[in-house]
Amino acid sequence: MTVAPKREAYDVVVIGAGPAGLAAAATSAEAGLSTLLLDENVGPGGQVFRAIASTPVTERNQLGADYWVGADLVQALRASSAEIIHRATVWSLDRNLEIAVSVGGASAFVKAKRVILATGALERPFPIPGWTLPGVMTAGAAQTMLKSSALVPDGRTVIAGQGPLLWLLAAQILRLGGRIDRILDTAERGNYFAALPHAFAFLTSPYFAKGLSMMREVKAKVQVVSGVTELSAAGDGQLASVSYVAGGKRETIPADLLLLHQGVVPNVNLAMAAGIEHGWDELQLCWSPVLDASGNSSVAGIAIAGDGADIGGANAAVVRGRIAARAAVEALAPAAGAKLPAMATLRADLAKAERGRIFLDTLFRPSPQFRIPSGDTIVCRCEEVTAKDILDAVAIGATGPNQLKAYRRTGMGPCQGRLCGLTVTELMAQARGKTPQEIGYYRLRAPVKPITLAELAAVPKSEDDIKAVVRG
Amino acid sequence: MTQNVDAIVVGGGIHGCSTALHLCLAGLKPVLIEKDYAGRHASGVNAGGVRQLARHIPEIPLSIRSMGIWEKISDLLDDDCSFESHGQVLVAENEDELAVCRARVAELNALGFTHEELIDATELRRLVPAVAETCPGGVVSRRDGAANPAQTTTAFRRKAEQLGATVREGVAASNIRHSDGLWHVDVGAESFAAPVLVNAAGAWAGKIAADLGEPVPVETVAPMLMITSRVPHFIDPVVILRGRKLSFKQFSNGTVLIGGGHLARPFQDRNETVLDWKSLATSARTVFELFPVMRDATIMRAWAGIEAKMKDDIPVFGPSVRHQGLFHQFGFSLHGFQLGPGAGAVMAELIVNGGTQTRIGDLGIDRFHPSTL
Repeated sequence: MTVAPKREAYDVVVIGAGPAGLAAAATSAEAGLSTLLLDENVGPGGQVFRAIASTPVTERNQLGADYWVGADLVQALRASSAEIIHRATVWSLDRNLEIAVSVGGASAFVKAKRVILATGALERPFPIPGWTLPGVMTAGAAQTMLKSSALVPDGRTVIAGQGPLLWLLAAQILRLGGRIDRILDTAERGNYFAALPHAFAFLTSPYFAKGLSMMREVKAKVQVVSGVTELSAAGDGQLASVSYVAGGKRETIPADLLLLHQGVVPNVNLAMAAGIEHGWDELQLCWSPVLDASGNSSVAGIAIAGDGADIGGANAAVVRGRIAARAAVEALAPAAGAKLPAMATLRADLAKAERGRIFLDTLFRPSPQFRIPSGDTIVCRCEEVTAKDILDAVAIGATGPNQLKAYRRTGMGPCQGRLCGLTVTELMAQARGKTPQEIGYYRLRAPVKPITLAELAAVPKSEDDIKAVVRG
Repeated sequence: MTQNVDAIVVGGGIHGCSTALHLCLAGLKPVLIEKDYAGRHASGVNAGGVRQLARHIPEIPLSIRSMGIWEKISDLLDDDCSFESHGQVLVAENEDELAVCRARVAELNALGFTHEELIDATELRRLVPAVAETCPGGVVSRRDGAANPAQTTTAFRRKAEQLGATVREGVAASNIRHSDGLWHVDVGAESFAAPVLVNAAGAWAGKIAADLGEPVPVETVAPMLMITSRVPHFIDPVVILRGRKLSFKQFSNGTVLIGGGHLARPFQDRNETVLDWKSLATSARTVFELFPVMRDATIMRAWAGIEAKMKDDIPVFGPSVRHQGLFHQFGFSLHGFQLGPGAGAVMAELIVNGGTQTRIGDLGIDRFHPSTL
């Protein structure tokens, strides 16, 4: 399915085929709007439903019932008139709603009347000493291999961090026969008390029973160390050991694989490059787009749904996708909106899906020592910049992430800040005694994903060029 | 409460920062006012070309003056600004373009300028081995080079502050007025007064000049640049083309900067630009044709900085023709970065000594307005 978009203009272009994007595209197409869904992966599902249409894992309970919900969403979308293109990398979106997309090594430009961004979440950086060693990877990367190829770890494996996805991954690895030697839980003990006032909502949320049984399942099979306050990886060119402190006691254990995870944050790169206003979220400790109740952003015509709007999980993402699409239908074809569920119903669905979220956010708020590194710990992997390098730059006048680029090139490498941005903001905020909101974030620029010079050279010429040739 | 200073400089680009620094060196205490932060716009995000090559004749003396400062930039700023001098080469893609180059160098020589040198195909290939074989020659300016623009502008700002300049960033200068022989400018709740006001506000300078009764034909533009991933070292000098819009430079880390003056759409009030990818594709095609070695490189990032472009493409530089104590330093029209160090030095001479040895007569605002002073 590596074909270019069939048209130059669409009513609605949805970017990302995870829960929110699948739901948004289906809703928009069902209402009769010309709809294009662009997705970077080889098939639908995003991360949470990754490989939903192709996974080799056939025994349903291994990936859990929640995973297979994705199959219904895909079916609804495929039954609709939406045009779906996979392996499509959107590398530019601007406030004129012009989209540049690379498909099969060739780029095309399409124009939309409305854009729904459903670009999901990224794992939060976990900058501990040794996190750049081969053998250390994110839990999300491990989960991708598990879902796409049924690959699970078989060497000495340590999982460290916290958050619902960490427990889900651990359960999935164990069900598929993978090996986990130890789980190092970095959740702060004090968070349990802070989260207590929100516990009632959580107890009545769909996450509660599932989460609890998953943790029990994992703890029955693996040694879990809770209250971990320090963590580092070591090895000579390759991970050899993991060292940690819990209850004031240090322990070092040999390891071939260390999986790190401390929650997910909105993937803001495309939205920020489009000029959408974002603000610092004090609870989730990340940048979130400023949105109205229908997901509309500060740039007219662009809405954001799913975890890219605010981390809420797959159920909330589906509803947010429907809300954003319904708002697009109301704007472009009000009469067609009658066929769709009422906005009030959708908002009630969303409130239900988001129940208990504050409890989770409070409970799994990552500790400062795992977000804000010091000394020789690498912050920017692309340019190998350490925490100390950044503090030195602050001392001679770097006031924010954009000024820092001039001193240390942080954020200017291939990851475009995805692996260092939050760390840099919080580190500079702490060093300068400011809030992250005051410090700000990198000004992100297209191409949001790199494209080759040859591909750019091959795009259709602009009208001015054609005229120039004619005048020639 | 009004704070009295010796000069008020509006605009924290390389020009404002350089002028503030040179005023400090002359013993004055200026205030530098920048609505965002120093180097936020064109000065911090331009191609970093330190170029005497291919300049308009009226600004060549200022450019030569500046070059002398660039060559000792570490002595001035305690920062090397990542300045490197490997020359700049203008490539002629055919014999017609080479003939234009020949005439240009002859014209400069007749005026007594010797920094531009005509080169043949052999010398071109020696300087730029990767260039397409069909190019018959060009022009080189051997002392030219490039620097890191954000690092440079920041270094000027830092040094000025160390030498006693007051710096105000993040709040725009407002309510600019002249009374009792002094210029008064508000910065948020603060107010400054000085006998001298320097208008170095870049894309925002045209409005300041117009508000003070000296409108000039200026527009806001946003020239685009893009940078590639690291590729093996293959070129030292900065390369520009005679016939097509392209400038090209490889940094020591291997990344390649591609510019040349294709324009984005500026949204000046929002500090934003919207890139024109179809024009950038034109630049990509030019590189693709001229430097086959670049074909597999990836484009990492593209951007544009907001700046002022004069209708006649040369800056407005020198005293006002209407107001005592007002000096203009703007409209550098996509080629102001190299001029920054020299322009600051000359501006300080104009302010402190009332004149300069550097020939700048053709750059004055009197080319638009007869003097009323």
